[in-house]
Amino acid sequence: MTYGIRLHVWGRHALFTRPELKVERTSYDVMPPSAARGILEAIHWKPAIRWVIDRIHVLEPIRFQSIRRNEVGHKAPAGTIKRAMNRGDLGGVQLLVDEDRQQRASTVLVNPAYVIEAHFELTARADASDTEGKHLDIFNRRAARGQCFHQPCLGTREFAASFALVDPGASLPSPQGPGWGDLCQGGTPTTTPAPSRARQAEMPDLGFGTPRDLGFMLWDIDHAAPGRPSLLFRATLRNGVIDVPPPGSPEVKR
Amino acid sequence: MTTLSRRHDFVLIFDVANGNPNGDPDAGNLPRLDPETSHGLVSDVSLKRKIRNYVELARTGEAGHHIYVQEGAILNEKHRQAYTALRGETSGKKEAKLNPRDDAEARELRDWMCRNFFDVRTFGAVMSTGINCGQVKGPVQMTFANSVEPILPVEISITRMAATNEAEQKKRAEGAEDGDTRTDNRTMGRKHIVPYGLYVAHGFISAKFAERTGFSEADLELLFEALTNMFEHDRSAARGEMTTRRLIVFRHENALGNAPAHKLFDRVTIGRNVDGEFRALDDRGLGNHAPARKFSDYVVQIDRDGLPDGVEVLDLV
Repeated sequence: MTYGIRLHVWGRHALFTRPELKVERTSYDVMPPSAARGILEAIHWKPAIRWVIDRIHVLEPIRFQSIRRNEVGHKAPAGTIKRAMNRGDLGGVQLLVDEDRQQRASTVLVNPAYVIEAHFELTARADASDTEGKHLDIFNRRAARGQCFHQPCLGTREFAASFALVDPGASLPSPQGPGWGDLCQGGTPTTTPAPSRARQAEMPDLGFGTPRDLGFMLWDIDHAAPGRPSLLFRATLRNGVIDVPPPGSPEVKR
Repeated sequence: MTTLSRRHDFVLIFDVANGNPNGDPDAGNLPRLDPETSHGLVSDVSLKRKIRNYVELARTGEAGHHIYVQEGAILNEKHRQAYTALRGETSGKKEAKLNPRDDAEARELRDWMCRNFFDVRTFGAVMSTGINCGQVKGPVQMTFANSVEPILPVEISITRMAATNEAEQKKRAEGAEDGDTRTDNRTMGRKHIVPYGLYVAHGFISAKFAERTGFSEADLELLFEALTNMFEHDRSAARGEMTTRRLIVFRHENALGNAPAHKLFDRVTIGRNVDGEFRALDDRGLGNHAPARKFSDYVVQIDRDGLPDGVEVLDLV
């Protein structure tokens, strides 16, 4: 068992696309564990470790907005590229966007903010130099300094995620914690407060009072198995928190 | 070419006067609006399109600066037609067979695309191969641009002194009485403009992804050149006057960065200019002032005090 980490992430928009609604993309109500894993991996990851998401705290009310954009209909055909490569001529390697238009709407989340609780496990590719303390230190150092491999995003790359490490000692979630407002406004609070949920967000919408069933949600994609199947779990928001079942547990369905 | 070794974050500030910076296909080409705040939006893809167009314009035919995602039929298409006519397409194979056989070949294709195409190297591309192997993630990522204050789009009705076809002309002639052909043929149209809007977009350049696609220091220079000049070559009836006003770049000393991006972005504050004085945009005292109509109605400030170690501010425009 390693020590967990907690990361506060937020942004202006988020788009956690539901696999069943991916042409005109519709976001999940909250961040699924696979997106949270991607954010952590954007900050620190090595083949020696595997991030496991334990809990996701939802800090803001769930609101949606629709954005329609002009998109292209096709990927780059590998066959054309290969032919052009072999004959050493760039002719024909292109995508004519105005002849290959698709207008697609995305239903995105507005002003999302989360705290991701996670830990990592060592994989079979870890060697003697990979101690848990080392990777934990690297992650904590990078997250505290704002360093990252690439800027993490909330679902898709146009919705960049800001992130801040939650101090290991801080308690979570503390309603109306000091300085939280400043943090939201982008100011620099005097202390590093634990991010907390605004009191007005503590509504049945976020599972306060009665738990809110979010239905089946993507847990992650099994990249090891052939065909890369999706793994699902039944997500429930209880007092603003989703408990994520551990890998291999019976709650993770194939 | 040396690949980029330092992370960069940038703030792009541009404005529009009497134009439509980015139409919303969902709202009859009205300028994009955040429905909750009435702030204007310009999508990331709209800005990337302009960067691609600029690079294509400025570097046509230069090795390694081709643009993959193109607008409009262009010469290359003609080349291909000529080529096909001459030698015949190497067809006959099933498309499935043209997918790369293994990861090594996919990598080879990917590297070739990165070497030749500026936009693939910069923004990435998805190729029609397996789930992960055919994807290039580019080092440059941009967010939606937001206007700093709510915008109020204005609808302008315009007329055209001609009819599209005879049927239309006939229909118009029936309604008209004076028989003046000039007015008979008149059709009306609509234009949506934003009288003035100042927009801010944030961008991120990951040095680690640059390593993978070969995005170099020279490419970075070209990217900044494109961000500076892209509106100068995107004039059209719809756009009005758009100009890059500021390009503020935060250069980190190392690949991973030295400070959180959001804290650096917060150092750039925009306020209203009241007789040369900086006033925050939420200042209640601004209520009596007329809406902003020019860039000099705003003040852009950069807080350079106590910059985190290893972060340098470049004020490029």
